[in-house]
Amino acid sequence: MADLASRVGEGLDEVGDALTHDDGHDNHGHDAHGHDDHPPTNTGLSNDKLGMWVFLGSECLLFGALISTFLLYKGRHAGLVNDGTLEGRAAIGPEDVFDIPFTSLSSFVLLMSSLTMVLAVSAVQRGDDQRLRVWLATTATLGSLFIAGQVYEFTSFVREGLGFTTNIFSSAFYTLTGFHGVHVTIGIIMLVSMIVMSISGRVNKENAEAVEIVGLYWHFVDVVWIFVFTIVYLIP
Amino acid sequence: MAITEDRPLAITAGSGAGVRSPLGSFTRPNSTTGWKSWLTSVDHKRIGIMYGVGAMFFFIVGGIEALLIRTQLAVPDGKLLSHGAYNQVFTMHGITMVFLVVMPMAAAFANYLIPLQIGARDVAFPRLNAFSFWCWLFGALFVNSSWFLGGGADCGWFCYSPNSNPIYSPSNGVDFYAIGLQIAGIASLVSAVNLVTTVLNLRAPGMTLMRMPVFMWMMFVTQLLLLFAMPVIAVALFMLTFDRLYDANFFDTAAGADPLLWEHLFWIFGHPEVYIMILPSFGIVSEVIPVFSRKPIFGYPFMVFSGIAIGFMGWGVWAHHMFASGLGPISVAAFSVSTMFIAVPTGVKILNWLATMWGGKLRMTTAMLFAIGLVSMFTIGGLSGVTHAVAPSDTQQTDTYYIVAHFHYVLFGGALLGLFSGMYFWWPKIFGYFLSEKIGKLHFWLTLIGFNLTFGPMHVLGLQGMSRRVPTYSPGYGFEFWNMVSTIGAFTIALSLLVFFWNISASRKASKNLPNPGPDPWDARSLEWSIPSPTPEHNFDTVPEVKEFDDWWHRKYGEDPDGNIVRIAHPEDIAQTGDAHPHLPSPSYWPIVISAGLPFIGYGVIFSLWWAVLGGLLVIGGMYGWGLEPSTDVDEPIDPDDHGHDGVALEAGDEGDVLAELGSGDGTGETGETGETEEAIPVG
Repeated sequence: MADLASRVGEGLDEVGDALTHDDGHDNHGHDAHGHDDHPPTNTGLSNDKLGMWVFLGSECLLFGALISTFLLYKGRHAGLVNDGTLEGRAAIGPEDVFDIPFTSLSSFVLLMSSLTMVLAVSAVQRGDDQRLRVWLATTATLGSLFIAGQVYEFTSFVREGLGFTTNIFSSAFYTLTGFHGVHVTIGIIMLVSMIVMSISGRVNKENAEAVEIVGLYWHFVDVVWIFVFTIVYLIP
Repeated sequence: MAITEDRPLAITAGSGAGVRSPLGSFTRPNSTTGWKSWLTSVDHKRIGIMYGVGAMFFFIVGGIEALLIRTQLAVPDGKLLSHGAYNQVFTMHGITMVFLVVMPMAAAFANYLIPLQIGARDVAFPRLNAFSFWCWLFGALFVNSSWFLGGGADCGWFCYSPNSNPIYSPSNGVDFYAIGLQIAGIASLVSAVNLVTTVLNLRAPGMTLMRMPVFMWMMFVTQLLLLFAMPVIAVALFMLTFDRLYDANFFDTAAGADPLLWEHLFWIFGHPEVYIMILPSFGIVSEVIPVFSRKPIFGYPFMVFSGIAIGFMGWGVWAHHMFASGLGPISVAAFSVSTMFIAVPTGVKILNWLATMWGGKLRMTTAMLFAIGLVSMFTIGGLSGVTHAVAPSDTQQTDTYYIVAHFHYVLFGGALLGLFSGMYFWWPKIFGYFLSEKIGKLHFWLTLIGFNLTFGPMHVLGLQGMSRRVPTYSPGYGFEFWNMVSTIGAFTIALSLLVFFWNISASRKASKNLPNPGPDPWDARSLEWSIPSPTPEHNFDTVPEVKEFDDWWHRKYGEDPDGNIVRIAHPEDIAQTGDAHPHLPSPSYWPIVISAGLPFIGYGVIFSLWWAVLGGLLVIGGMYGWGLEPSTDVDEPIDPDDHGHDGVALEAGDEGDVLAELGSGDGTGETGETGETEEAIPVG
């Protein structure tokens, strides 16, 4: 048994080694001293990139907890009113306010921004600063369109009577989608910072990875929206 | 969350090599001595020491709260505290000891030792590391400021709804709880990202995962638990804040909310949190026991994999905190079984520690005594824990003093004894002098006796039916004797802590006339003992090349032809000398500035939004400063914070030395290509 356990351990090491060697060449241009046979980090990923992956792992649990809460409270707004425990106002639920075609459109806009993000990363890796800025700006614009759509959606919901404090469904809904909206907004700020830094020459082919890391975050936020959109809007 | 807000700037910081001081006023601080240097330090060792000092301070605060509780309960019908004040005191005692003592004390060891034991110059993100510490400190001060602003939280440390809602808890205490723990949680999360990246990326050449000391593995598992547990409590705390301050309905049962939602979210965080507190101590004694038994750790892979198993299974047992809440028989049965299972990897660890000591050449130093104290006291706490896994018995014990006895046996008898063991063990490495063994042993025995006097009787009280958290009790239930014993024990623990502080000051004074303890005073096994004491600012002159588990030991000892262990080198001869001057990350003003803004945002949310404006300005200004500050001191030739390019472990590369050493093969007689002051280091 001890032998088995230690062999599993060795297997773990080999996996680590394999990662190191496979990704070692990813760090082109980073090893200023020309020791290409020694990747600068154990995994071959830079600290920044690995740190972002680790952070995104943590974010999964953040949205996991928010989605769980939403699922628990989804559909609970109606039953209570029938028991006569709450006034009619609280009975407003998803079926009363959701505009699926509109939200589908804004979801499409957000998902397309992932494509333009990929084009931005590809541009910076080719050293095409002009295209980089164009695609970053396009991504930021698409993201802003999504946020504008969310703001429009929220205000129209409130006008129809579904406020943050109306019932447990509304609290859960606004908190979940609001947290996602904040994440998109932070992503837009990152994109705009990238554009500014590209103009001032601080983001270019040499540190293309900065754009790639922003891209990781951006794709993550998009993927989360796929879950949120499906769970909140599409599943009845 | 605020952590994501600083991302854009954090990522881009220092990415413009060659762009220096874009705005003239943004320079990096350069003082290396005096109080100011501590405020701006990004050195993982200084941050570790500050974590330790901060935790010690709050240990005193939490200890005073404990003494208030025990004085109130010493005799029936105690009148020291009103019932309301008593609620606040036991709540704040719990929060303080969990979030402001055990976790930061473990973080102190994590910060100080992770780079040293894996052979790195610093952590992956030095500025974020400083941010974590200051963020934790300001969060801690924020929570405790509630004492002066209307009273502390009074809902118990797990703050179940509906006790936490404004009807049952009208003061702002719970708001301070929710926002303060949120801020401290940001600190833990940032620190977890940082340290996970450090362990995965910055290990010295040859330091494969399965050659890492057990302490490193336990810390790694702890950081992963933090990484995934903190966002869950963050969501729960956000919902609590929204409920209390913005009239959301998450925990409002009148609006149809589920009162169990909070309990589930809290314990999905809360049970991993238990392992977050105990695994660092498990790691510490796994270093101490082999050294003072003069044997390698018994069953290293089992130690590692049982730690990983605890890390995984810790996510599947949370509902055993909720057996009395009416979960239904299937949930209760499932969580009963999983809770019994998690005792298995813990039992494996205890057996391995015993087997490490078995037949060893034991040296009963204070560190070793505390480690053995952990093994025995934690076993008692673990066994009473298994009795909770039996749901029918747990239903009897829930919310009695039996539970209080159990978790103090695992958290004081486990976590804290382990942390004290670590302090006595690493003190010479950190501060360059020994703590007195004589006073230390007095400290240990007082602690052990006081601890058992305090918490042992609580088993009896609980089984007799004394409820947890009752502010007082009437005479005639048979509670008097054991409560008095328990109170005497609590004051004994307080005395033992005074002895510890006396030890620090007396040993410090005595050390002025004593020689330096040398690099390796305990004849130890891991890499931190291959460098001078106290640790030089740059840790390693040359990044060590690791060839096997317990590498440092194997450099000192070999086998003669008959298979006997013989010394082949003296530590003084093969240890590094610490006189290299590699390039280190520059200090920074901005971690403390950004963190200082967070509590003001908290005050703003609770009281008046003007405070939040001030806090917001500090945070945003701090983030701009963070992003725009030159990546290094203007005098420095290269960009040290540019972690996207190479790890801190390798950052001395500006002189070409470390990278040269990485390439120089077996590590014998290394001299860097352009190394300045490299010592030739013969390695056996």
